[in-house]
Amino acid sequence: MKKVREKTAKKRSKEEEEEEEEQIFNFKDKPAGKEEEDEDLSDSEESVFSGLEDSGSDSEEDEKESDDNDDEDDDDVTAVESKQPKQTEEEEEKEEVVGGVTEREEEEKKEDEYEHDSSDEEDIRNTVGNIPMEWYKDFPHIGYNLDGKKIFKPIRNKDELDDFLDKMENPDYWRTVHDKQTGSDIVLSDEQVELVNRLQKGQFGDVNFNEYQPSVEFFSSDVMIHPVTNRPADKRSFIPSLIEKEKVSKLVHAIKMGWIKPRRVEDDTRGRFYDLWAGEDSSILGRHKMHLPAPKIPLPGHQESYNPPPEYLFTEEELALWEQQDASDRKLPFVPVKFSSLRQVPAFSRFIHERFERCLDLYLCPRQRKMRVNVNPEDLIPKLPKPKDLQPFPTTQSLVYRGHSGLVRSISVSPSGQWLASGSDDGSVRFWEVCSSRCMKTVQVGGAVKRPVCLSTCRPHSYVASSCECGRAVHQVAWHAKGDYLASVMPDHSSHLQVLIHQLSRRRSQNPFRKNKGLVQCVSFHPVRPYFFVATQRSVRIYNLVKQEMTKKLQANSKWISSMAVHPGGDHVICGSYDCRLSWFDLDLSTKPYKMLRHHKKAVRGAAYHRSYPLFASASDDGSVIVCHGTVYNDLMQNPLIVPVKVLRGHVITHDLGVLDVTFHPTQPWVFSSGADATIRLFT
Amino acid sequence: MGGLQKKKYERGSVTNYITRNKARKKLRLSLPDFRRLCILKGIYPHEPKHKKKVNKGSTAPRTFYLIKDIRFLLHEPIVGKFRDYKVFVRKLKKAYGKTEWSAVERLRENKPTYKLDHIIKERYPSFIDALRDIDDALCMCFLFSTFARTGKCHVQTIQLCRRLTVEWMNYVVAARALRKVFISIKGIYYQAEVMGQLITWLVPYQFSHDHPTDVDYRVMATFTELYTTLLGFINFRLYHSLNLLYPPKLDSKAECELKEENEEDYALNSECYLEKLSALSASLARMVSSAEEEEAQLDQFPVEGEDMEKLEAREREQKEQEAQKKLFDGLKFFLNREVPRESLAFIIRCFGGEVSWDKSVCIGSTYEVTEETITHHIVDRPNASTQYINRYYIQPQWVYDCINAKIVLPVEDYFLGVTLPPHLSPFVEEKEGDYMPPEKVKIMALQRGEKPAQEQEDEEEEDEDEDEEEEEDDNDDEEEDEEEDEEESEEKNLKKMEKQRSQGKSLQVKVTPGKMKVENPERLEQEEKAEEKRLAIMMMKKKEKYLYDKIMFGKKRKIREVCFILLLIIDSHVDKTVCEAP
Repeated sequence: MKKVREKTAKKRSKEEEEEEEEQIFNFKDKPAGKEEEDEDLSDSEESVFSGLEDSGSDSEEDEKESDDNDDEDDDDVTAVESKQPKQTEEEEEKEEVVGGVTEREEEEKKEDEYEHDSSDEEDIRNTVGNIPMEWYKDFPHIGYNLDGKKIFKPIRNKDELDDFLDKMENPDYWRTVHDKQTGSDIVLSDEQVELVNRLQKGQFGDVNFNEYQPSVEFFSSDVMIHPVTNRPADKRSFIPSLIEKEKVSKLVHAIKMGWIKPRRVEDDTRGRFYDLWAGEDSSILGRHKMHLPAPKIPLPGHQESYNPPPEYLFTEEELALWEQQDASDRKLPFVPVKFSSLRQVPAFSRFIHERFERCLDLYLCPRQRKMRVNVNPEDLIPKLPKPKDLQPFPTTQSLVYRGHSGLVRSISVSPSGQWLASGSDDGSVRFWEVCSSRCMKTVQVGGAVKRPVCLSTCRPHSYVASSCECGRAVHQVAWHAKGDYLASVMPDHSSHLQVLIHQLSRRRSQNPFRKNKGLVQCVSFHPVRPYFFVATQRSVRIYNLVKQEMTKKLQANSKWISSMAVHPGGDHVICGSYDCRLSWFDLDLSTKPYKMLRHHKKAVRGAAYHRSYPLFASASDDGSVIVCHGTVYNDLMQNPLIVPVKVLRGHVITHDLGVLDVTFHPTQPWVFSSGADATIRLFT
Repeated sequence: MGGLQKKKYERGSVTNYITRNKARKKLRLSLPDFRRLCILKGIYPHEPKHKKKVNKGSTAPRTFYLIKDIRFLLHEPIVGKFRDYKVFVRKLKKAYGKTEWSAVERLRENKPTYKLDHIIKERYPSFIDALRDIDDALCMCFLFSTFARTGKCHVQTIQLCRRLTVEWMNYVVAARALRKVFISIKGIYYQAEVMGQLITWLVPYQFSHDHPTDVDYRVMATFTELYTTLLGFINFRLYHSLNLLYPPKLDSKAECELKEENEEDYALNSECYLEKLSALSASLARMVSSAEEEEAQLDQFPVEGEDMEKLEAREREQKEQEAQKKLFDGLKFFLNREVPRESLAFIIRCFGGEVSWDKSVCIGSTYEVTEETITHHIVDRPNASTQYINRYYIQPQWVYDCINAKIVLPVEDYFLGVTLPPHLSPFVEEKEGDYMPPEKVKIMALQRGEKPAQEQEDEEEEDEDEDEEEEEDDNDDEEEDEEEDEEESEEKNLKKMEKQRSQGKSLQVKVTPGKMKVENPERLEQEEKAEEKRLAIMMMKKKEKYLYDKIMFGKKRKIREVCFILLLIIDSHVDKTVCEAP
């Protein structure tokens, strides 16, 4: 806009130089010839413009036209007026004539350039610019004209009274406007008043302008034969585009290379179902043999019912327990609830969870085939011969020998079976008659009562050997079958003098072992052959006394051997141990136990074989004596048969000790047991 | 010896297994893709017998797959589709980033899809295999069909699930294959026998779900994808086995009947048909319109080794089944609006009854409330407003109980406002020694045809029950009691002796006339046997002993539980009597 303004300003300056005088003349003329002009205005266009010149900046149109390109302006107005009918004519003509019209149009266009000249500069008489005019109120002039000359205020200022008088007297007062810029009053002409009125009403300034004239569809739906413009076509409009060519060739290349695939045919077979198993042939094998089909969800029980029987509902304790328990420990994953009618049943809040967990189980949970044991428990119990068929064996307690005041540590029966000797912690050895349970004799052995007393009766003679504490404890005494030798055990960790063999006839003792091979628990002579059994803590060593070498070492597989007994045949040994086991060794088979018997609940204290009957017994701290049948066959191919036949109870457990020793009667199927309750009992 | 020393973890069971990560690398799949593949192909981890050996000596927790399974996956065409899809997503992202909308559209059109038909065929080579594995599929589809059509999964999936489940239910109705139903707190269990396979499924109650946040819906959606395909094929086959049209069409007669009603009120035309099908009130169109299939009398081939008893039992069972299929024949039901319509309509139609409901409840009602011939009106309210004289007003549990009992139960216990008898699970089969709720005993008596005169014997029955329980108790306790008695008497004697000793400080020698000890030979024998057993148990091997102890422990626990339940019942009875007394 600025540029335009400058340009026009220059133009104007040129023009105005030419017309200077005229304008000035005009200017001066105005106030004088007011009334004349008013009358003239209606006639000539010039006068209209001159009138507008005075009014300054009333409307844009006025300004434009007041640019005073006098001659042209005149033409313009006529041109505008004549244009509208022309245009309509033109359209009609267009359909008929093609030729020279275009040229004419172009000419008109050139003319139009001036019409559309949108210079909006004002008619400037006063060059002070857009400033508050009161700045000049103390000066005689009011500004400067284009030549730089002062514009003087009218000499006589109107005061209120003048104004009033004017108002009352002047009939044109209402159409008089004060121009602050020039300080002069301007009287509007009729046309100008009309224009103001029209503008106030919001109508177009031009009376002749028809706002409702029919619009000309320039681009209509009809196909036109002729171009809208007569601009010659571009070159590029008839030369094929290189860019497009490049693009197309790229696409072609991509299609050729298979990068772009043709649009896929819509596959509607996806939701279609057909007979999938129509050609069902068994040749398609299922999975490999390791396939484990998923287990089905277990079916619900009564607890899950919406209305379960009352006994399936949780009691308060059960509910508390359920709430405390971890989710994995719970027996039921939900709390049974009772609803009185179906309409009260709500949605199960964990339904989606449960389905989801099932999904996880199906694809994440490792599967393993577990063999469920489907055994009748009765079938597991071994078929043994009935105890009834294996009689005789002791069944009932028949006699109790009372008299000792301390634990009865050991007992022994005379070979005849008439006498019984017992040693006790009270420091005495007592001799009993077996049949009458009378104490025949009491021998006080030393003062140290708390030490164990062990004794043994030898077979051919009726010696009684008893050991007692004399400095160190003798733990056990064992007789040789012929009665000439006697072995004693004195457990000691450090010395090699744990076992001593005494010869009665020569009254001589000898120490068979040079080295200490562990804590000796008990010893025994082989009943027939010159073998010597030494039980240490975990194993049994068998020495050949003639060759003076070790022949065998039996592994007892137990922590601590407590007692040992040798079968009268000499080929079998039983070992009781403090870890509740009784192990049966078959010397012909191996150095490992042939059988481990875990019958007792507590430490096994004593074990014994019967001399003639196929019986053996074990005594334990749980207060019981278990009698077993143990047949040994001469046939080497047949293993010994071991059957427990009777559990004998009777001893009272005192100080956590039950039965301490057990012995069989040499001839009868009777068993003696001595206990911590200071009694000896006979079971027949 | 010679030869190279073999390395430690290169032979034996270790060669059969592969860890998950290695399998994934071998297949070159991301973990989610691998999981999806496992779901679709039914590959699952195996637990090796010796985990440490397979784990090359380490005890770190690892999941192992069978190497054969993984090799089997290598040639799966769907793996290629997964990769295509990954590429598709990448391209789409790129196009979006560059705002190339035309490219986005083109990509969208070419979105890679896959079909699971071959996988179904591969996993289930025969139809029966597929049928056996359909439980989970049904549960899942029924669950998905109840989802709201927002957010959690594609609407198409939900619609497909709904369609398939409706088809399934229609098949079960047409085949009259339903056997058992059970209303649980989780939902309603149905068990149907289809082609000799027992199929159980669970339908949740018709409520909107509050979706949990800790559930991965993608996993469920993958499963559903597989299951819908499976179920679709199975439905197709089943429909054809009954000469029904697939996709199902309503019988022309029934269709006409339904048509006259104002359809427009209910649903769009596209959904209307499915709705009508799901109403379950009309029978389906058959390919060959045969009036009634005449069941050919099955020839019977007596198998050697099978005795007559078994044969008879089988026959009886068959007869029972036939009778059960016609359980509700001739009965006309009307459902009030508060009862679960779909479930009841389904089961009633399965057993030959006719059913209808209020027109405004659902499409497909066949007769009005005012119909004279209605025999049973199912209501779940304390009282009904208007009652017609010639029909029973009963609670919905009656229908379910009748089906489980396989007889039409007396309606007295199920009238409106009456406290319902407990609803028992039909899936529990009591063995000997298990606890049996008294209601079950009652139903079994009814099945046998014993009819208790209701009013008089009600109390008596209770008494009987009590008696029975007491008897049982007695049986359990008898032995113990006797033993205890003996012990007690002995103890008393001993105490007396001790007292005497403490008082007199010396035993008074006294001769009292001896008592004849009456020995019960039977008892003696029993004791002997018991001891024999005890001794034999002592001789058991360690392993067997352990197993034996375990079995016996389980048995004892069961007995204990039963005793506990019985005690509870007795307590409650006592409470009742106490309450009644004042």
